[in-house]
Amino acid sequence: MAESRRGKLKIYMGYAAGVGKTYQMLDQAHEMKARGVDIVVGYFEPHGRQDTIAKTDGLELIPRKKVEYRGSVFEEMDTDAILARHPQVCAVDEFPHTNVPGSVRGKRWEDVEVLLEAGMDVLTTMNIQHLESLNDHVFQITGIRVRETIPDWVVQQAGEVVMIDLTPRALLHRLQRGVVYGREKAEQAMQNFFRESTLVALRELALRETAHEVEHRTVVDGRDAQRQAAGGSAIPRAPHKILVLVTAEPETAMVIRRAKRVGDFLGAECFAVTVETAGDLSSLPEAGREAIERHLNFARNLHIETRILEGDEIAPVVVDFARRNQVTQLFLARPQERPWPLPLFSRDLVQKIVNIAKDMQIVIVAARDPLAHP
Amino acid sequence: MPPEIARKTPEQLLREVQAEEGAAAKGHLKIVLGYASGVGKSFRMLDEARRRRERGQDVVVGAVQPKVPPEVAGLMQRLEVIPLKPLGDGSAIDVDALLRRHPAVCFIDGLAYDNPPGARHPTRWQDVEELRAYGIKVIASINIQYVAELREQVEAITGKHVAQTVPVSFLKSADEIEIVDAPAEEPLGRSPEEQESAQKRAQRLSKLRELALVLAADVVDGQLTEYLQRHGVHQQFGAHERILVCITPRANATDMMETAQIMAERFHGELVVAYVNQPQISAADQSALDEKLALARKLGARIEILEGEDPVDAILQFARNAGITQLFIGHSQRSGLWSRIRGNPVDQLLQRSRGLDVRVFPQ
Repeated sequence: MAESRRGKLKIYMGYAAGVGKTYQMLDQAHEMKARGVDIVVGYFEPHGRQDTIAKTDGLELIPRKKVEYRGSVFEEMDTDAILARHPQVCAVDEFPHTNVPGSVRGKRWEDVEVLLEAGMDVLTTMNIQHLESLNDHVFQITGIRVRETIPDWVVQQAGEVVMIDLTPRALLHRLQRGVVYGREKAEQAMQNFFRESTLVALRELALRETAHEVEHRTVVDGRDAQRQAAGGSAIPRAPHKILVLVTAEPETAMVIRRAKRVGDFLGAECFAVTVETAGDLSSLPEAGREAIERHLNFARNLHIETRILEGDEIAPVVVDFARRNQVTQLFLARPQERPWPLPLFSRDLVQKIVNIAKDMQIVIVAARDPLAHP
Repeated sequence: MPPEIARKTPEQLLREVQAEEGAAAKGHLKIVLGYASGVGKSFRMLDEARRRRERGQDVVVGAVQPKVPPEVAGLMQRLEVIPLKPLGDGSAIDVDALLRRHPAVCFIDGLAYDNPPGARHPTRWQDVEELRAYGIKVIASINIQYVAELREQVEAITGKHVAQTVPVSFLKSADEIEIVDAPAEEPLGRSPEEQESAQKRAQRLSKLRELALVLAADVVDGQLTEYLQRHGVHQQFGAHERILVCITPRANATDMMETAQIMAERFHGELVVAYVNQPQISAADQSALDEKLALARKLGARIEILEGEDPVDAILQFARNAGITQLFIGHSQRSGLWSRIRGNPVDQLLQRSRGLDVRVFPQ
């Protein structure tokens, strides 16, 4: 059989717990099983929801693996057992989950990568909040900084993204009826994350993102078809090149996310640079070096190429590099308003770059503050 | 105090009151939006009817599709159905019978029908309006093909002409909208020709799916704004990208506007072009400005002429009230005296544009 082929990924996308992602995924699993597809459930999170639990009846569940950490026992997906069983299709709940320390891989999406590489198709579930490039948008809407994120490229390589929709009102009714959480926890949830305005805004994000994912696939498919018709060459020319300036300032992560998002939407190449006197990070104080290393790593995890440039002064070095590499858009952080003393350094930097790089677009990215909800 | 919290204008207060009143009077409307037939809308609708009935709600079905698959027929047997009323060679929903029966919730599967001559209203969606006017909650389904304003786009995708449509304003008046999103079935490999035609079909369906998702997002965006207004909040959540391009008569605005238009399109966002009125401008400047505004119109931008002594203030105030997420400006060409007295406007904007992404364009 075609063992060398990489499996296909299908994502059930929602905007909150309780919209019915897992239910829909299991529904599809039953349908596939009825069609004679060899399908197993690789990981299932019951959350005490009776409807969903009943949905697993008649499906083969791979037992979880017990992992001990600091004297407690945790249960994780047993990737090895799934590989050994090797079904055609595997359903995996909660794509963004972080594995307990000591697991082979840090993230469940990395386990799923292994399954896909082994040639299995995977069905999985996630909420829009966990998409890396929307992290600041989600913070603005919810006031919560989501830590469990999935890089956008992981979602982009999915064969299909389906929006599991439910109106916020219907979701709130479910919460009130105790379908999603127990009643007590539901009360608490409704005062926090499950405010109607929060849900409506997250839902809008999910709808737009799914529309984008659909469009992305249509365009890519179309290009493939064109390329095939043209005899297999003709790679589309990227109209824009994006450069991100990495510094030790905490806003850098936000700039990287935003630049990558714009790059993805425009089909533009994206890379990140930092400027250091010695051309490496050795001369920096511990804290600054650690921050810059973290930011460069973050960029690489999002599939952005990084470089350390040598120079004494940031502005001219970055602008010169941008010009030599035909960069059309340069992304910088808007300096945070902090109490006195004002960060004159970063304000001057933005102003300097704006004043010397008059031949390219400069995007000054601002933090999105969380908003008040009614 | 955070600068985002703007003071309310009388217009905003009026809108709040109107939103309050509008919400109270009419029957609730929920739209179930699909992108093609066969995605399971009918089943999902009638299954919701069944669940509501089992929870003790007074539910009737006012319209079903002419042909129903067996699983939908099975559901119908467990529900109260008020059949369509025959009229000439056609039929229409029986508004009189529904009003007499006056259920709490009425399900209409298939909203986009023109009624035959002699019916109360020319179209079914107007019948639904009447049911709502009498306080009946309506849950109705429609496919994206039948939205009047999208007809040209849909016809370009499908090559098929659609005669019976519903205006988008009706969908936007809904209290809730839900999308039934299921991707097109995998084209199964048969003969190469069949496979190719299946692939083309899948492409067409994907485009319709995208249209439906964006329409649902737009309706949701409108609802969010209204909800926030009703609760006296005048700020935006930034789930929707809104791009503001600031133009002046002399600045080179073509690149700015074209880039903004591409960005707005890719992000399914909104494009606004603003000009801050200056009292005495030369005839040459005026005609340069008119040209730019004409281009803005051609690109489908909303145009705003702002007033204010300080252009930076005027732009930022407008941006905050309109929920702008990205501001596009050109490099200032002003130098000399003006800048020395008031500061370079680009620097000023950068310093005061907290919360907004600013994109500075080469001149």
